[in-house]
Amino acid sequence: MPVSDMQLILETAGSLKEILTREIKKVPTLRGKSIVTLFYEPSTRTRTSFEMAGKYMSADTSSITVATSSVVKGESLKDTALTIQAMGADMVIMRHSVSGSCHFLARILDCSVVNAGDGMHEHPSQGLLDMFTIQQHKGGHLEGLKVAIIGDVQHSRVARSNIWGLTKMGADVHVAGPATLIPPEIEQIPGVTAHDRVEDAIRGADVVNVLRLQRERQQKGLFPTIREYSRIYGVNRERLALAKDDVTVMHPGPMNRGVEITSEVADSDHAVIEEQVTNGVAIRMALLYLLLGGAEA
Amino acid sequence: MALIEKAQIIDADGVRRALVRIAHEIVERNKGTENVVLIGIRRRGVPLAQRLSRFIKEVEGVEIPVGVLDITLYRDDLSTLASQPVVHKTEVPVAIQGKTLILVDDVLYTGRTVRAALDAIIDLGRPAVIQLAVLIDRGHRELPIRADYVGKNVPTSKREVIEVRLEEVDRVNGVWIMEKPE
Repeated sequence: MPVSDMQLILETAGSLKEILTREIKKVPTLRGKSIVTLFYEPSTRTRTSFEMAGKYMSADTSSITVATSSVVKGESLKDTALTIQAMGADMVIMRHSVSGSCHFLARILDCSVVNAGDGMHEHPSQGLLDMFTIQQHKGGHLEGLKVAIIGDVQHSRVARSNIWGLTKMGADVHVAGPATLIPPEIEQIPGVTAHDRVEDAIRGADVVNVLRLQRERQQKGLFPTIREYSRIYGVNRERLALAKDDVTVMHPGPMNRGVEITSEVADSDHAVIEEQVTNGVAIRMALLYLLLGGAEA
Repeated sequence: MALIEKAQIIDADGVRRALVRIAHEIVERNKGTENVVLIGIRRRGVPLAQRLSRFIKEVEGVEIPVGVLDITLYRDDLSTLASQPVVHKTEVPVAIQGKTLILVDDVLYTGRTVRAALDAIIDLGRPAVIQLAVLIDRGHRELPIRADYVGKNVPTSKREVIEVRLEEVDRVNGVWIMEKPE
């Protein structure tokens, strides 16, 4: 995604966020547009936030939960998607466990397709809302900020989308976590530095983004125990003290309190975790407006 | 498509005099300034609303709040525009419930912008009164909308374009008639 597109999305989200503070949270912009969310993996905040974003903009949203759909009868992704399109959907928002599945869908469907997370690849709307949150807390710019991303980078699509977006916008990204969970090629991305010790990544940071330890993807024994992970890589008060005084702490949720982040840090004034959720709705409203609001939609 | 400049119809002094007169009319019509809120429609309605607020303060010594309205989300032509307009912030600093709202824009033409602005306002609350102030009324209405305060009525043909230039946006003050080339 080019920098100019990211900037347009961030700017549009900045304008739309005001709607969320209104008593009547509704604008008529996407009246008559229909949006379907198709989630092959569990999700609370991403799905709900896309749906609420759609509703605030007056689009009609429906959601398909795979467990109660024809997918359990063996319907293929392609056929499910074509069926949804045949019902007149203007947009399909999908999460799938296979990397690249959204790209596949975008090629076979005429309607817009939004990636709400694909495998270990990307989670673009999360990357954008994280950038939006940082911008709002750091005076509107991302350039030159030191952003530490801590934890399981290997399995994290949130980390990938953050790294790609932030480095393009000129931020200085530092990652740290167990060596088995840091992809070796990560340092080839300009602007990214990998550290073995969490302390080195956090030192002097403007932002600390703590990743969720994805227990469902840890069957391969890539680190010894959760307790050891927490002791060596968990973000606690002592480690956070190494960052700048006005550090912003983020977490994409859902949190494993006491594992990757202590409750003390998660509930501190530095944490903006709930605000990230609010900003997620604003970012998704911007995406829906930009994709469905124009002439070709 | 470059527009051809036909004539300047109002100079900087003319703009100022028109706004001073409108400021007086607003105070007179509303018997003072109680509950009055000025709402500028982006983009050139915003500096005009701020100037009106300043002129009213000079006359009455009262600070009138100024809000900013972006009507992009309420346009009726979104699905037909070639390039998608950028959404800007709406910033209305006061609760508009029961207030006397004065919408301010530079040019009144088809009335569609004002229609969108009325919808946008109603979504923010229920004002007691909504009035409309414009610097130029150029005719050719497509909706049953009229202005309460007009700087100047300018009869135009549909091929002509009215350009209001304001210091805050364009570095000069004045109003020009331009024409689309054949």
